[in-house]
Amino acid sequence: MSFIWTIAEQHDGELKAVSFELLARGRALADALDTRLASVLIGAEVSEAQLQELVVRGADEVYYIEDRRLAEFVCESWSNTLATLVRQYQPAVILAAATSTGRTLMPHLAVKLNAGLTADCTELAIEAGTDNLLQTRPAIGGNIMATIKTPDNRPQMATVRPRSTVPLPRDPQRAGKIIRVPADEAEVETRVRVLGCRTDAEDFVNLEEAEVVVAGGKGMKRAENFALLRDLAAQLDAMVGASRDAVDRGWIGYPHQIGLSGKTISPKLYIGAGISGSIQHLAGIKTAETIVSVNRDPDAPLHSIADFAIVGDLFEVVPELTRRLKALKAAET
Amino acid sequence: MLAYQEKPVKIIVPIKQVPETGNVKMDPQTGTMIRSGAAAVVNPLDLYAIEAALRLRERHGGSVTVVSMGPPAAIKAIREAIAMGCDGGVLVSDRKFAGSDTWATSYTLAAAIRWMGGSDLIVAGERATDGDTAQVGPGLAAWLDVPLATYVAHITHASEAGISVERLTEEGYQQVELALPALLTVVKEIATVRLPTLRGKKRARQTEVPLLTAADLDLDGARLGLKGSPTKVVKIARPKVARGGERVAVNGDPAAAVDALIAFLEQRQLVTGGRQ
Repeated sequence: MSFIWTIAEQHDGELKAVSFELLARGRALADALDTRLASVLIGAEVSEAQLQELVVRGADEVYYIEDRRLAEFVCESWSNTLATLVRQYQPAVILAAATSTGRTLMPHLAVKLNAGLTADCTELAIEAGTDNLLQTRPAIGGNIMATIKTPDNRPQMATVRPRSTVPLPRDPQRAGKIIRVPADEAEVETRVRVLGCRTDAEDFVNLEEAEVVVAGGKGMKRAENFALLRDLAAQLDAMVGASRDAVDRGWIGYPHQIGLSGKTISPKLYIGAGISGSIQHLAGIKTAETIVSVNRDPDAPLHSIADFAIVGDLFEVVPELTRRLKALKAAET
Repeated sequence: MLAYQEKPVKIIVPIKQVPETGNVKMDPQTGTMIRSGAAAVVNPLDLYAIEAALRLRERHGGSVTVVSMGPPAAIKAIREAIAMGCDGGVLVSDRKFAGSDTWATSYTLAAAIRWMGGSDLIVAGERATDGDTAQVGPGLAAWLDVPLATYVAHITHASEAGISVERLTEEGYQQVELALPALLTVVKEIATVRLPTLRGKKRARQTEVPLLTAADLDLDGARLGLKGSPTKVVKIARPKVARGGERVAVNGDPAAAVDALIAFLEQRQLVTGGRQ
């Protein structure tokens, strides 16, 4: 059976949005191949309702591997567990999210399975005639789009960039099967011990899942000025990002860094203030839906790739924009 | 990895030579990189791995050796690593390796690391800035069957028995402890990279760098290079990324510029509510 599989992700028992994005991708492939779509979830203490949600969002089957010792992601034990399941069911395609989990798990699993793997895809399609999976991804900082296939090895594996597609609408009528798979004792054993997760980090931010990102660069001039961006972000329900220049100057923490040595983001809206737009920074924002640039320098490269560019002083423009958005919100209520 | 332990700690850092992106120009029409003339450098993200390894050596003793797979010219990357302070390096180079995907690369590098006698710890960069896959590190851990922690931002404790690290994930810093030998991939947050010293550069020129070919390694010929790679590139396209968007100049009237921006955001339904 030429199943399509997606690897769902959850945090604290709650499915992440990217799990549904993967199902939208998988559904399109399964329909093209006239086959079934299954979602695999590893974890502990995930509710029946959450499992059912995977069906509602497009899965025909849900394989739930539940074990207290698999609650937190550890590559070794997750990869061992999945490898056994893959050998048993032999899916044709496995999709996972291009997240810290997916991008760790999938290459490890691909080696175990002698499978081909393509990283961080933004487009997936089925090749007419061969039924091979065509996997398209940005490479060399988004300067080329490479289409890749795995003609001979199975499964065909890919990680998919978060927010590169939208989930299917919920269909509460959809029927699907939830299959609980016990974890194998030997596979759960691992040489890695999870001690905890530090989320108290004052500066922590999950930029990859943000719908709106407001980012600052060298033009911000000092750490305190990032308050202007935080004010703007509050009006837009945005997260604050930064260029490498700003991070290297110690104005803001590394989890905020966007670009080649930081995060790659695909928000609906990105606003860059005082960011010239180095090749490295642009690599991290090219798949943003809308790019707005505010910079005094008319020749700033960010202006040339922006959908809307304001040539002017960010210290005038940003507070004015914040004020106007606040007024708009007030007028609404 | 306690100080003064009996057995010195052996650290291996796999590195890659990539085209330099620091000084390249951008084509204003397409928004893409003009790559011709770009120099080859050590993958910038590998420098953090080298730095992390050198700091561990400074605290706990032992050695740091780099290994790189690439064309003969990649020996320059190895010499750069030695100039930074690494004890030595090994170049893995053979036409048979050309065109390897991440699966075949990690297979070949794993064999090279076995040839080097293995290690207590492998520290790798998060990913290379050209291929941008982040797959070789986890692949190596699978081939070598050692525990793995990726996206490591801090090393909090190291002893002979194991190493404790914090991984940068979407939810926070996951704290894990790994038994040694192990493999870490590190992110930029791990440390500020040192510059090569003059003495280091001199030593780099004088250090002999062994060259390993396919014949030197215990490898299955069917798993090498382009032919041995499960994935095949079908097509390369150059996307046009310049969006040719609207442009307004403030010219002393920020309110007018912001007006125009808000109208644009409303039109794209990125802000809600009617205009005042």
